[in-house]
Amino acid sequence: MALPAETMSARRSGNARPAWVESPSRVGRAAKALLLVLITLAVIYPIVGVVGTSLSDQATISVNGGLVLIPTHPQLDAYREIFAGGVVSRALLVSLGITLCGTAASVLVTVGMAYGLSRPEVTGSRVILMVALLTMLFNPGIIANFLTVKSLGLYNSFAALVLPSLVSAFNLVVLRSFFMGLPGELLDSARVDGAGDFRILVRVVLPLSKAAIAVITLFYAVSYWNAFFNALLYLQDSAKNPLPMVLRSFVIGGQSLHEAAAGEIPAPQQAVQMAVLVVALVPILCVYPFLQRYFTKGVLTGAVKG
Amino acid sequence: MADSAPALPRTERSSDRQGASALSRARPARLSLRQRLKRDRVMLLLTLPGLLYFLVFHYAPLFGYLTAFKDYEVYLGFAQSAWVGLANFQAMFSDPAFWSAVANTLQITLTQLVFYFPVPIALALLLNSLVGDRVRRFVQSVVYLPHFIGWTIIVSVFQQLLGGTGVLTHVLQSLGLPGYDMTTDPGAFPWLLTLESVWKDAGWGTIIFLAALLSIDPQLYESAAIDGAGRWRRTWHVTLPGITPIIILLLVLNLGSILSTGFEQVLLQRDAVGPDAGEVLDTYVYYHGIKSGQWGPAAAVGLVKMLIGTALVLGANKVAHFFGQDGVYRGAAR
Repeated sequence: MALPAETMSARRSGNARPAWVESPSRVGRAAKALLLVLITLAVIYPIVGVVGTSLSDQATISVNGGLVLIPTHPQLDAYREIFAGGVVSRALLVSLGITLCGTAASVLVTVGMAYGLSRPEVTGSRVILMVALLTMLFNPGIIANFLTVKSLGLYNSFAALVLPSLVSAFNLVVLRSFFMGLPGELLDSARVDGAGDFRILVRVVLPLSKAAIAVITLFYAVSYWNAFFNALLYLQDSAKNPLPMVLRSFVIGGQSLHEAAAGEIPAPQQAVQMAVLVVALVPILCVYPFLQRYFTKGVLTGAVKG
Repeated sequence: MADSAPALPRTERSSDRQGASALSRARPARLSLRQRLKRDRVMLLLTLPGLLYFLVFHYAPLFGYLTAFKDYEVYLGFAQSAWVGLANFQAMFSDPAFWSAVANTLQITLTQLVFYFPVPIALALLLNSLVGDRVRRFVQSVVYLPHFIGWTIIVSVFQQLLGGTGVLTHVLQSLGLPGYDMTTDPGAFPWLLTLESVWKDAGWGTIIFLAALLSIDPQLYESAAIDGAGRWRRTWHVTLPGITPIIILLLVLNLGSILSTGFEQVLLQRDAVGPDAGEVLDTYVYYHGIKSGQWGPAAAVGLVKMLIGTALVLGANKVAHFFGQDGVYRGAAR
């Protein structure tokens, strides 16, 4: 459901303004520019503030309050503290593991299902598609999901962080409609050459769908990285907690993270909290440019056009 | 699509058979079912893991709602717990905390509907009015970003901004005013949630409106301009009518999900404002069921919420069809 940036630029190539559009007044232009700057700042300021605070010493934080934009005496104490091998380091490893395994499993299953459902003439595929799509209409809810996970013996296991959200019906629909849009002649000619359905998937469909699969992969990865509710619901053992759960108890809940040995001067509490936030944010900020490049290309357009 | 709903919770094999018979009715089949299954076996095998996922984690849990009719005790297990009929539902309706959760839910969703909903539309109009490609793409990249940031991070950041030791209090105090902690003020809770939602999703929400804006025929603008319509009149008479259908569609669908607040978002902040203002239906189920072990009553609330919620979504979709819209699901199914 991204916007087709190419169509946009095609409609008004470059900065050309159609002849019938009056040029904007100076006031209007200034107001618009100001508005855009404010909106941009509203998004960027908190992020910069979090990074700034994580690098600050206690004195700077006390003077500035809340978020420090420019740390006057930058120091890495907070990061040294959280990477010393305590709760945060462990949670980071859990989160990385869950994100990698979960994303791999989700992409494999989604690709298989989307391809399997991409040809309407396949026996039963319409009914199976309905089974998947109907799940967008209702949500079984917490109690029902909890009892299911428990009765499957997944309670307090890492699998409980992955399996209950393995396939997103939305991603499935996006990928399926992408597969259906591939030129049928290519698939036919592969079949004439003797390729079976699986070979066609691996040799023809997948190489043509790199962009769509990249988007799905990134969407899954981001959602596994951010997910905290499954962990809250299905984990008993706090040693298994992923990073968002650590954020919940130590940053939002305000428990102290200090594990510094006696005699050491601990890093400021707020700086440590913000350092954990930065650790949680960095992977998203790294992945985002790729995501953004794909969805402005309009890869997802087909899904919502309907 | 709603018509096929009762037929759904079937096993994989019987649904296959049903699909096959539907197909063979549609056109004279030359192959028998067995031959077709053999022909399609690779495709069906590839579909199988995903289908199993949906059956196990979306349909099978529905049986868990039988708990709503039981006095469920964990140590007894499901089979041993006694049936209690509708007692759990009676308990639910006589619990003031339940009604308070209903009121909070409606207050939060309605506040979001009135004050969040128009923001992406306004933002999309602003973005659409930018002539320069570079500026527009830059602003788009910036405003889409927060959508990918998780609620735990966003709630933490808002605590730094509006909490007791946050930026807002700091600014107020440096002006000689008393500090204000918005994150623990029960009266401000719906506004806090709305602010956060705007920060997170207003940018992402523009996508669908921008797509609608792009589909407006540029010739309409041109002829309006030739007829002497200025910038604002063109916006009023061409742009807005052009995106009205999608606005109505989204509005109706939003009304359909009026019983669902952003669950993670509320759960993370419920303790800060206290249950009187922070308890919504989903958190009620979580705290009463999972936390306090009142499985039966919590399942009753969950069941009622799911049924009403599903009915509202289906109703909303029907209304959207009535307005000549495709509806989200029909579009996706094609």
